[in-house]
Amino acid sequence: MAEGQFEPRIVGFLCQWCSYTGADLAGTSRTEYPPNVTSIRVMCSGRVDPTFVIKALAEGADGVLIAGCHPGDCHYQVGNYKAMRRYPMLLNLLDQFGIERERVRLEWVSASEGNLFAEVVKEFTETVRALGPLNWDAKAPAEVVAG
Amino acid sequence: MADKPKVAFYWCASCGGCEEAVVDLAEDILKVVEAVDIALWPVALDFKLKDVQAWEPGEVTVAFINGAVRLSEQEKWVKLLREKCPLVVAFGSCSHLGGIPGLANDKTRQQILANKYLRAPTVDNPNGTLPQPETEIDGYELELPVFYKRANALDQVIDVDYYLPGCAPPPDLIMGAVQAILKGELPPKGSVLAPEKSLCDSCPRKDSKPDKLSIEKFKRLATSIPDPEECFLAQGYLCMGPATRSGCGERCINGNMPCRGCFGPPPGTLDQGAKMLSTICSVGEAETAEAAAAYADSLDDPLGTFYRFSLPVSVLGHSRRKEE
Repeated sequence: MAEGQFEPRIVGFLCQWCSYTGADLAGTSRTEYPPNVTSIRVMCSGRVDPTFVIKALAEGADGVLIAGCHPGDCHYQVGNYKAMRRYPMLLNLLDQFGIERERVRLEWVSASEGNLFAEVVKEFTETVRALGPLNWDAKAPAEVVAG
Repeated sequence: MADKPKVAFYWCASCGGCEEAVVDLAEDILKVVEAVDIALWPVALDFKLKDVQAWEPGEVTVAFINGAVRLSEQEKWVKLLREKCPLVVAFGSCSHLGGIPGLANDKTRQQILANKYLRAPTVDNPNGTLPQPETEIDGYELELPVFYKRANALDQVIDVDYYLPGCAPPPDLIMGAVQAILKGELPPKGSVLAPEKSLCDSCPRKDSKPDKLSIEKFKRLATSIPDPEECFLAQGYLCMGPATRSGCGERCINGNMPCRGCFGPPPGTLDQGAKMLSTICSVGEAETAEAAAAYADSLDDPLGTFYRFSLPVSVLGHSRRKEE
């Protein structure tokens, strides 16, 4: 990590059956990839409530990665389709809040795709790095006073 | 004979509909007037700031405050009422959730003032004059309230004891709340004085809601008329029912209009808008990225639709990026 370079904080919601396992494979294979993603295991990408993404961004994340099974391969049949449907509408909503849509990413990573996971993290980290810190001021109080 | 308990009504960033709601009690207002003395009601009675400042603490039992807090003047008044009254009830969607004034929270103050005073087509303002907290004119010092960075729900400014939801709260909910206060039979502090279930649970159309809802394409009220008996979501109309607390008597539904979410979310929900977004996408039919994008793009304004009443209390709606 270069001195003084902005290191994005990315929260990753990874589904238990595919993408979290794929991430594990990247690890056991000793594949090198940036450490910027904090992984959170969920049972299915369909479990990812848009509130999770929103809360992550509001509380210090510069980017959010959601990764699930490839369409058709969801362990729960249709969970990843729900994630697939929520994603573009969530990005449209983030546009309206003035949050760049490139900060949230949905990817399909299977349990055997350790290298793909590493590539996704590498590329997404650079995307978010280029966007800069989100700097969402959620810790400030209600800021009733105008100032 | 003991004096009648005193109540106060006050309005902040408000349309006056909540004042109307009290008037809408119709004959029931006589029961209210019989039971209480109204010590403050700017829309109807001529009490002044100095009258309120002279109240003994506890002299006025409850303040019903409606409207969002956006001005320094409003902050001053609600803090005064909090100091004087043992009970403060956030009355209506705007004080409960931020309400319609809260929809401006995705814009900066600069944008709002510019739209209103500089850019509006009917405004003729060649010197670009904007309202200032202090102005000197002809040797006089004039003061205007400060316009805050965002609209706030009441509990973002003062401690609130109870919430009466709705835009406006329905008469029976208001009567219930007044009677509960008079009898001292209130639920735990911080409660919303309405049922805990979602609107779907009490909706007259719920029997026509299929077990598996599926929306291929949104229907718009602008271009079609809903069937008067069938569940709106089943017909393809966006209805906020699943993410909205029950208790309104479904007045909109009975008027053949889908729910807009004015009662706020059911208990335990952090962010009403995100939940509804999640629901409306879950019940979509798209099975490819392209179809999902088309479905999303067919809804013009997710922010205004899903957060119509609750933006200030939502996760992203009460703060902003530090650049502002």
